[in-house]
Formats: sequence, structure tokens, C-alpha cells
Amino acid sequence: MNKASPFGIRQILALFLLLLIATLSLAKEAAPLAEDEVVEKRMVAISDEMRCLVCQNESLSGSHAELAQDLRREIRTMIKEGKSDSEIKAFMVNRYGDFVLYRPPMKATTYLLWFGPFLFLAAAILVLVNYLRRRGARLDQGAEGVEGALSAQEQQRADALLKQVEAKR
Amino acid sequence: MKRFMIPLFLFVVLLGFLAWGLKPGYDPHEVPSPLIGKPAPAFLLKQVDSNAADFSPEQMKGKVWLLNVWSSWCVSCREEHPVLLSLSKTGAVPIYGLNYKEVRGDGGFKEPDVETPESNAAELALGRRRAEAWLSQHGNPYVLTAMDITGRVGIDYGVYGVPETYVIDKAGIIRYKRIGPVTQESLEKKILPLVKELEKS
Amino acid sequence: MIPELGLFALVLALAVAAVLGVLPLVGAHRGDSSWMAIGRSAAQAQWLLIATAFGCLTYAFVTNDFSVLYVAEHSNSQLPTVYRVAAVWGGHEGSLLLWMLMLSSWTLAVSLLSRALPEAMVARVLGVLGLVSFGFLLFILMTSSPFERLLPAAADGRDLNPLLQDPGLVIHPPMLYMGYVGFSVAFAFAIAALLSGQLDAAWARWSRPWTTTAWIFLTLGVGLGSGWAYYELGWGGWWFWDPVENASFMPWLLGTALMHSLAVTEKRGAFKNWTVLLAIGAFSLSLLGTFLVRSGVLTSVHAFATDPRRGIFILTFLGVVIGSSLFLFAWRAPKVGLGGRFALMSRETLLLMNNVLLAVAAGSVLLGTLYPLIIDALALGKISVGPPYFETVFVPLMVPLLFLIGLGPSARWKEASVIDLARRLRVAAGVALAAGIILPFALGSWKPLIGLGVLLAVWVAAATVTDIRNRLKNSAGGKPPRAFWGMHLAHIGVAVFVIGVTLVKGYESEKDVRMAPGDTVLVGGYSVRLVGITNRTGPNYSAVVGELELSKDGRLLRSLNPEKRKYFSSEMPMTEAAIDTGFFRDVYVSLGEPVGEKDGSGAWSVRVHHKPFVDWIWGGCLLMALGGLIAVTDRRYRLKVKGVAA
Repeated sequence: MNKASPFGIRQILALFLLLLIATLSLAKEAAPLAEDEVVEKRMVAISDEMRCLVCQNESLSGSHAELAQDLRREIRTMIKEGKSDSEIKAFMVNRYGDFVLYRPPMKATTYLLWFGPFLFLAAAILVLVNYLRRRGARLDQGAEGVEGALSAQEQQRADALLKQVEAKR
Repeated sequence: MKRFMIPLFLFVVLLGFLAWGLKPGYDPHEVPSPLIGKPAPAFLLKQVDSNAADFSPEQMKGKVWLLNVWSSWCVSCREEHPVLLSLSKTGAVPIYGLNYKEVRGDGGFKEPDVETPESNAAELALGRRRAEAWLSQHGNPYVLTAMDITGRVGIDYGVYGVPETYVIDKAGIIRYKRIGPVTQESLEKKILPLVKELEKS
Repeated sequence: MIPELGLFALVLALAVAAVLGVLPLVGAHRGDSSWMAIGRSAAQAQWLLIATAFGCLTYAFVTNDFSVLYVAEHSNSQLPTVYRVAAVWGGHEGSLLLWMLMLSSWTLAVSLLSRALPEAMVARVLGVLGLVSFGFLLFILMTSSPFERLLPAAADGRDLNPLLQDPGLVIHPPMLYMGYVGFSVAFAFAIAALLSGQLDAAWARWSRPWTTTAWIFLTLGVGLGSGWAYYELGWGGWWFWDPVENASFMPWLLGTALMHSLAVTEKRGAFKNWTVLLAIGAFSLSLLGTFLVRSGVLTSVHAFATDPRRGIFILTFLGVVIGSSLFLFAWRAPKVGLGGRFALMSRETLLLMNNVLLAVAAGSVLLGTLYPLIIDALALGKISVGPPYFETVFVPLMVPLLFLIGLGPSARWKEASVIDLARRLRVAAGVALAAGIILPFALGSWKPLIGLGVLLAVWVAAATVTDIRNRLKNSAGGKPPRAFWGMHLAHIGVAVFVIGVTLVKGYESEKDVRMAPGDTVLVGGYSVRLVGITNRTGPNYSAVVGELELSKDGRLLRSLNPEKRKYFSSEMPMTEAAIDTGFFRDVYVSLGEPVGEKDGSGAWSVRVHHKPFVDWIWGGCLLMALGGLIAVTDRRYRLKVKGVAA
């Protein structure tokens, strides 16, 4: 009975000691770099979608450029002033143009960009369906002869060629 | 046959665009300013000359003028400086300087965590000393130079690479922005004809 | 002397390429065997000459010959030898020479491994490769010779860009170029077939192993590049949709489509025109990538120093090669037969759908990459197209594709029954659905995109396992060939990749902290403690090294040593992240700036990332490449290897 008890006094002591060591070795939790983590998070989310103008192929959030730091500070200030994301975006666009946005705004000049891929897809599917239909119809009419080599003949020739090649092994 | 020409046709169109990208002088890095055709952002800044009153673009209403963004740590500013000096001697158009982040732009200087009036005054004084020394060494083409110590005005003007030069008309509207050093060629081909035209209106 | 020897070898190689590009083609047209036979020896001579030129340049780098301009610009006497060798392709001129070496190596391989093929076919393929070589050699000699002298010689070199001083440079570009250039063989086979008018199953079978081999290299090259960016750039990203990355991704997408389309053409004689078009397209996109990287029409981090003359040359070359190929296509394609009959619901149709999706994906990447240029050319403003765009349009295209990966292998050729397919795959679908709903909860929280990603990955894996089981149960077809295992392994690779992408996007976390010695930071259940900061001197840099301890639940796992390096030859500081790589997660630590000068605490800013399953991304790429490798060694293609022995 005594033996079955999960916690003997010795175990409890050992646990206590372990905890003590743990607390002692557990140094102070490092302070976040940002003054205000909520503001920082929003700032990063906004600047992640913007292009750094100096090194141009980094996002504003990732860039070490001087101007990027200034602009991040500016964005932080605006967040603290209670500006909305779209107001902050407008602030940037008014100064640097659409170029600063990694996510191009939806407007007349970017419709093709945004809808292009889906247009491509729709067109491709249309062409595909059309092709498969016509192909079926032409095969039904036995039309391949007109189109050039008969596929059956072609297949035979290819097979013969392949056999010939294999034979060379 | 026509159907099978489509890939070739698309390729030729693509080739056309790519060829356009190779035209001389094309620079994908250059960001056109959205401020063109808009009023020059207002500001009120101290000048390099500590005795002079604060400068605001408001004071320039009725004149066509150039606003040139420069700094003593900016290497390409030295490149354009002789061009600006000779331009100032002709008196064709007044050049006003906007000194951009003279102290903190230099990299070596860490801006204070908390700005106090004292730290700001010390930074301004240091900036003025550096700017003055630079102007007396290289010559001063500017009617006056305003000190944008924090770079805040630079942000309003969309400055992203010093030097930059703005042409501002009589109504205070930005008409043109030159990114990078002003060259004799850009002056003769673009800036001066534009100034002349703006003077007329 | 040695550099001049290299230059001379290049000039000779140009002459040989001219011979290679003309005589075998004319011979094949006329049916003249002796002219056709020239192809093989010319291909081998060309390889020898280019290898000599490459050896000369390498020699100049290893011996620090700073009287060679290219060496002076890209090396330094303090550079470790291994990087001096890799620096050969660290700049525009040398990387082109590497490209050329790869092209001539592929040409050599074709000349050696195709003894069993009809001589006219080999002659045409080698001839087309010779013409491509001629263009590139002319390009090197006219605008980009790496052997130009610098007189007087520089005292020391300007050094290799510190970003490139990494094992990544040693293997990534050779792999990538092997892939890029490898598509030239598929291209040459396609052109040869168009020239001869023999677009048949034999053609498809012969070009399959070449295409797959090129694809393996490209997969490895792109994967390595992504992995390199991940650990070298120090912000823990692994794909940035930069124009140069896109330039390598587009040929990969079309190459993947091509592999699948070739399977249909070989097995069923169908989609011949489409297959040819894809072969031309994949190589065109490789060439386009070269243009984009070297012409300066787009902004990119990776771009080489640009020179408009180079842009004009490549564009002209691109126009001639691709324009004439597409013209040939337009001329010959209408006469090509249709191939075997198949029903609307069949493996053929499913593979065609896969091709459509991959081609549309490649087209979308192309659109996004070139859109800023197009808009600018039309004077409609200047815009940026960045990662948010690509991610938005890419996901909807990949969802049906992943669905099809599960479906395709189980569908029959000619005619598949929907009911039969549904019956066979219903368990897999059920497992996938359950995993998509439950797994994200187990990992933290359920979000729609994570659920979808997990569902699709598990679907691909479960459908693959189902098909393998069915095949093994149905032993009527005999033992499955290696190509079967290769395909399924590659598909499992896709599933692994999707899991990696989904989970790292969904659950990664990071902390930016200010750490003084003794401080700890907790991220993703791990604790990282800063022990101290020390200094270290490397062969050509000095570094500040952070000493951090990674532990979990009070148990010390290992120490992590991120560095901040300053190379003697350049001002730019380099961040070397320290990564604890694990099967289920990475802990990624990078050192920022000293922030404790004022209070004297010696604190530094440190960024710690916890990235669950991130290594599955590259694991998936590796499995895909391995699958390709297994497929290439299939018995059906092995005649070529025997051909060498013969």
C-alpha cells in the first residue's frame, strides 16, 4: 500500500528541489523589442505588403534601410493616432504612388492582372472542351487520314522503329 | 494554320514589351512621384543660417523655384553640385535647398530614444555646423537651405534617394521631380524649358 | 597566357558550334550519312573546348590572377579556395560560361547516349543544340568575355559578394543551370521531330528520360535556391516571388506539364502538338529567365550587373530561336495526327487538365512578373506586383491540381468510369476529409486554409497509397515498373511539400526581443537563453557571435550560434542565422543590433522564429527529384545506357 503511493516524501522533496533549481536557472524573460506589441503587429502586417523604396526588392517590414525605419516609425505613429489601415495605405500611396504597394490596388489598369489568371483558366477550359469534342467527332468520321499519317499506321511504324532500336541492344 | 499561329503571335507581343524595356534610359527602379500636379506639401523649418526666420514654401507663392534635396553625407550630391552652382550664377531660377537628415542620415548618429527639446537643439546645431562647413567648402548655390533634421518633410515629399529636385510653379504646384543628380543635359532638356514655360503663365 | 588559351578555346568552340549547327541538319535533310555523322564528333570536340575554357577561368581564379578583369571583380586573395572555384560563376560572364559548359555537356551526353537512335534523329537533335550553342558562344564572345584583361593588374580583387560566400553558391547555380539548360534537349528533340515531320510515340519515348532528367535538376536547383535564401538571408522566408525566382519557377511548371504530356504522347499518341508546344515553351521560359536576370528590365535582388547591349543580344537571340521554332510549329502542327481515341472521362483528359492548370499557373506567374513592365510600357503608371498577389492567385489554381494528382493515377487510359473511380478512392477521400478537419485542431487551431491544405496533402498521399495497393493486389499487370514507383514517390513529395507550406504558413511564430546575457525568450514551447556575445575572426571577415542555449521543458537541447559578420572587403554586414533543424520544426535565431550601449547591459536585439514543418518543403522537393530519378532508371529507357557500353 505504502509502496503503491505515487508520491513518497522523498519524491516530493526531489520535485521541490527540481522546481527550485528550475526557478533559479530561469532567468528573466527577455523584453520585446517593440514598445507596444499590438501596434508592432499591425505595423508589421501593413508594412509586409509594402515595398521598400530604397532597396526595392525587400518589403518595408524586412528592410534595414534608413528610410524604411523612418517609414515604419511613421506607420507606428499613425497606428497610435488611431488611423485605419486604409488611411495609412493612402498616406503611403499619396507620397510614393502605387509602386509602394506589393498588393496592387484593384482598378482599371490592374483588372487584367487580377482576373487574368482566371480568364486564362476559363479560356483554357473552353478550348479544351471544344478540342475534345471536335477531336471525338473527327475520330468518329475516321478523319485522321486527311490530317496526315494514320494514327494506327503511325503507331505501327513507331512500334517497328522502337523494336528495331531495342533489337540493336 | 491560323490556330497554330496564336503562340507565335503572343510571343511577338511579349517580345515587343521586352524590347521596350531595353530602351535607353529606362530604369525600372525609378519611382514617378504622385505629387506631380499637386500642391507642394507645406512645412515650416529652421534654416541653416541660425539668424534667419523659419522657411515655408508659402513664402514662394508667385515664383517659379527649384527645391533641391541634399545632404553633406550624400555622395551623388557632390556630383550635381557644380551644375547647381553654375545654374545659380545664371539666375535663371532660384534654387532653395532642403537639407535632408543631415545628422541622423549619416548612419553614425543614433537618434535618441526619447527626443527632448535639448537633444533636438543639439542635433540641429550639429547639423547646421556640418551643412555650413559643406557649403563653404563646395560653394553655395542656394538662396537658403531649410533643415529637415528628422526627415519628416522628406517623407511628405516622397524623398527616397537624395539628391532629388522639384520644380514648383507660381501657384505652389509641383510640376516636375528629378530623382538623382541634376545633370547639365537634364537641366537644358527638361528643367529650364519647363521653368521658362511656367514663368510665362 | 592561360586566359588567352581559354579565349582561344572559346573561339574554336564557336567555329565547331557553327559546324555542329549546320552540317548534321543539312545531312539529315539530304539523307547524307557522312554529314550526319559529323554531329557526334563535333559535339564531343565542342565539349572539350568549352571544358578547356572553363578550366582556364577556374585556374585564373584559383591562382588569384587579378590581371583578368572578371577575376579582379569577383574574387579576393583572402577568399577561401572553395569559394574561389565557385566564384567562377559568381558573376555574369562566368555564369554564362557555366551555362555554356552545361549546354555542351548535355550535347555530349546526347551524342554518347543515343547510339541506338536513328541517325537522322540524332543528327537533327545535335544540330539544333549546336545552333543554340552557337548563339550563346557568340553572346559570350561579343558582350561577355570572362577573359578580358585588366592592365595594369589589380593588387587585389574586389571580392565576391558576401551573400554568395556560402556553400549554397557551390551547388545551387550548377543544379539550376543543369535544369534550365537540360530543357534544351527536350526542345531539340521537339524541333527535330517537327523538322522530320515524325511526331510519334518513338519521339516521345526518346525525349522522356531527357526531359525528366532536366526536371530533376531544376527541381533540386529551385529547392536548393529556396533553402539557401531561407538560411542565408536571415529573415526566415523561403520564397519571395522575386522576378528571378519566378524565372526559375516558370520553366519548372511548364517542364512538369511537359513530363506529363509526354507520357500521354508516348502511351497513347495523343496531344502531340501540345507536347511539342510545351517543349518549346519550357525552353523559351528558360531563355526568358536568362534575359530577365541579365538585362535589367525588372528590379530584382539577384540580378547581375546589367548592360543594355547584353539585353539586346539575348532578346534578339530569343526572338530568332523561339520565333523560328513557333513558326515551324505553326507550319507543321496542322499536319500532325490526332492519336488514339479516348473518352471525355479518362486518364488522358485528366492529364490534359493537369497540363491546363500547370500552364495557366506558369502564365499567371509570367503575367505577374511582367505586368509592371507592361503597364509602364503603356504609360499607365508604375506598380509593384509582390508576394500578396502571387499568393492570392496561386492557391486557387493549385487546389484543383492537387485534387487531380490524387485522381489521375487511379483513372484508366481511354475510358474511366466515374463511379468506379469514386468507389476506389472513397476511403482516401474520407481519410483526407477527416484529416483536414481534425489534424489542425491537434496542431493548435483550425483555420480554413490550413484545413484545406492538410486535406489536399492527405488526399494526394492517401490516393497514392490506394493506387499502389490496388496495383499490387492486381498482379495481373506484372510487377509495377520503376516509372510507376517514381511517379508515386514524386506525388508523395508533392504531399509532403504541401504539408510543409501549409503548416509553416499557418503556425509559424516569431519574437523580436531585446536580450541581455542571461535573458530567455519562449517561442513555440522552446526556450532560448542568451549566454553571451563573443567575437571571432574568420578567413576574410570578423564576426560577432551570439551564444544561445536552446532548451525545452527545462532540458538543454543544444547551443545556437548566430553570427553577424563584417567582411573585410565590403561594408555590408551579413547576418548568419543559427538554425536548429528538426523533423517537425526549426528554431531559427538571428542576431540583430546591439541595443544595450546606453544602459551598459550588453543587450542585443534578437529575432527567434519557430517554424513547424518547414523542412518538409525541401523534403518534398527532394522526394519529387528522387521520384524523377527512379522513373528515369526505368527499364524502358535503359537502352541508352547500354548504348554506351556497346
